[in-house]
Amino acid sequence: MSLLEVKNLQVRVEEREILHGLSLTVNPGEVHAIMGPNGSGKSTLSHVIAGKPGYDVTGGEILFKGEDLLEMSPDQRSAKGVFLAFQYPVEIPGVATMTFLRTALNAQRKARGESEFSTPDFLKKVRSVAASLNIPQDMLRRGVNVGFSGGEKKRNEILQMALFEPSLCILDEMDSGLDIDALRVAADGVNALRSPERAMVVITHYQRLLNYIVPDFVHVMSKGRVVKSGGKELALELEASGYAQFEDAA
Amino acid sequence: MNVVLAKTETAHAQSDMLAVARDRLPGAGKVADTRRQAFEAYARLGLPYRRIEDWKYTDLRVLMREVLPLAAAPDAAAMKRAATALKLHAIAGVRPLVLVDGVFAPTLSETAGLEKGLGIRTLREALEAGDAALLAQLFSPDSSDAMVALNSAMMTDGVVIEIADGAVLEQPLHIVHIASGMIPAAMFTRSLIRVGKHTTATLVESYIGAEGTKAYQVHDSLVVAIGDGARLDHVRLIEDSREAFNISSAVVTLGANAHFNTFGMNTGSLVSRYQAVIAVAGEGSRVETNGVNLLNGRQHADTTLFLDHAVPNCSSREIFRAVVDDRGHSVFQGRIIVRPKAQKTDARMMTRALLLSDEAEADNKPELEIFADDVTCGHGATAGALDDSLLFYLRARGLSEKEAQALLIQAFVGEAIEQIANDALRELAVLAAQRWLAARG
Repeated sequence: MSLLEVKNLQVRVEEREILHGLSLTVNPGEVHAIMGPNGSGKSTLSHVIAGKPGYDVTGGEILFKGEDLLEMSPDQRSAKGVFLAFQYPVEIPGVATMTFLRTALNAQRKARGESEFSTPDFLKKVRSVAASLNIPQDMLRRGVNVGFSGGEKKRNEILQMALFEPSLCILDEMDSGLDIDALRVAADGVNALRSPERAMVVITHYQRLLNYIVPDFVHVMSKGRVVKSGGKELALELEASGYAQFEDAA
Repeated sequence: MNVVLAKTETAHAQSDMLAVARDRLPGAGKVADTRRQAFEAYARLGLPYRRIEDWKYTDLRVLMREVLPLAAAPDAAAMKRAATALKLHAIAGVRPLVLVDGVFAPTLSETAGLEKGLGIRTLREALEAGDAALLAQLFSPDSSDAMVALNSAMMTDGVVIEIADGAVLEQPLHIVHIASGMIPAAMFTRSLIRVGKHTTATLVESYIGAEGTKAYQVHDSLVVAIGDGARLDHVRLIEDSREAFNISSAVVTLGANAHFNTFGMNTGSLVSRYQAVIAVAGEGSRVETNGVNLLNGRQHADTTLFLDHAVPNCSSREIFRAVVDDRGHSVFQGRIIVRPKAQKTDARMMTRALLLSDEAEADNKPELEIFADDVTCGHGATAGALDDSLLFYLRARGLSEKEAQALLIQAFVGEAIEQIANDALRELAVLAAQRWLAARG
């Protein structure tokens, strides 16, 4: 069974149709890159999969492990194994990162009928993952993302990904706002999480990120549809020729 | 001079309230005279209503309508109900001083083994002893406010705490107000705490109702005097019955280099009003006055603070948070006056309200009156809903809608709660907030 099946998805935001029949199939272990110009609907797709309010699905369906994802609340999706790494992770003053991580992890485990993590096990796990991502301990004591640099915010997203162990990771413009060193650290973190059971959908405007996270498949989006799919070489082709050729194709 | 007696129906109905209760009210001679004058002041003013500027948002003629008769002194059954309620709200490591239905309850209180320099007696004893200086202090609250006047007239009992200069207190003092009566009635109490020079003390006040108590009325006041170089940490927790009324006043005076850290939390009662006058009368003093209202249903809670900076080189901080759900109504009025001599005053006030429903209401009224030219003063007020982008982030990480809201609400009130210096008391406020959130479901 495919992990994620998006079939002929049509989505409106305030009367304007953003996705006009988008289809995408992702199997376990695969890394898919979705590329496209600004306004092609890449982020909309990621938001609809995660369950962000404000989007009106007017047609098509999304199946996750064979279940109707659109019927689930965002927290149910998260417990089922969907993880969206935000393009712009929000700052939550007054909620310590450590408290947030534990509350979220235990909420997901509870929803799956699993026991809550014991405090020592949890701390041990967080500390080892944080160390591998160069996240200092004092960052974990601060409010979620409060005063974090762009790179720190993205690393915090990857830290959560590593802790929650989702089966589908959607990385929305992970490279935005990152310099090359920060990008490398973040990409190393993502690569360490690649596994035969886990799939990733990497959304990006630029080919650069794909030098670090090498995809199995590349899809080009334009005007709310996938207009071309191919292997990793498609990304290089795009880098050379740009998106203009696809604007008309859509 | 023509005095127009603006008697309301309510005032008429209660014109003999003092006479009826006279046998129960301690103090003869001068005390009785002062009570009579205070009652006359109250009878003239009647219950405060919206035309009285200070009470604009809390119209007691509409919300409370009448002052109930004085509660009967607690009998054995009442004491038993109070003891049960006390167990549920007991705090470890404090010295409980318990008032049941407005009367000091020695059997529920701990008055043995007082630390050296700590004196505790009841208001009844103090009023009957008639020490002139103490009486002057006890009657210092200003009877131009109708509810203060009524309290001065009717005060039945309370706790008078005197801490000698340099005394070292091991335990926080905990004044617990318990309403036990099954028949709705009013309690009138006044307490006093005098913190000697270079002394540190902690006072907690709790207001609770025994199970099954309903629309009772608490009329309380507190007189605080903090000596030079002394510090008082003060926490008020209102967890009264959801049908109760709690009308409280405080008058606080700080000496030089004194420090007053006070925090109030309101999760109970139907209608509450806390009005405090804080006089910063000694140089180099600090005041931190913070509070949290957590309201739902039709609860109405009003915090009205008046900070009076009279001398130079003092600072004050006010952080207030209100979380209002359903048809709740939160009021914060913060007045700061910086008198001409009070140069180098550093006064700041920040009040924020979180509205969880379309019908929730929060009124924030900051007032700054600055008569000195070399001061730093600021205030801010905001009101709004929970941030949707934060809620979605938390839900995308597995938190249910209620869990996500609870986490954000805790963070919102946390900034005020964090200001409580004592770890155990801070934890108490955190738990009170958690109980409120858990009750939301």
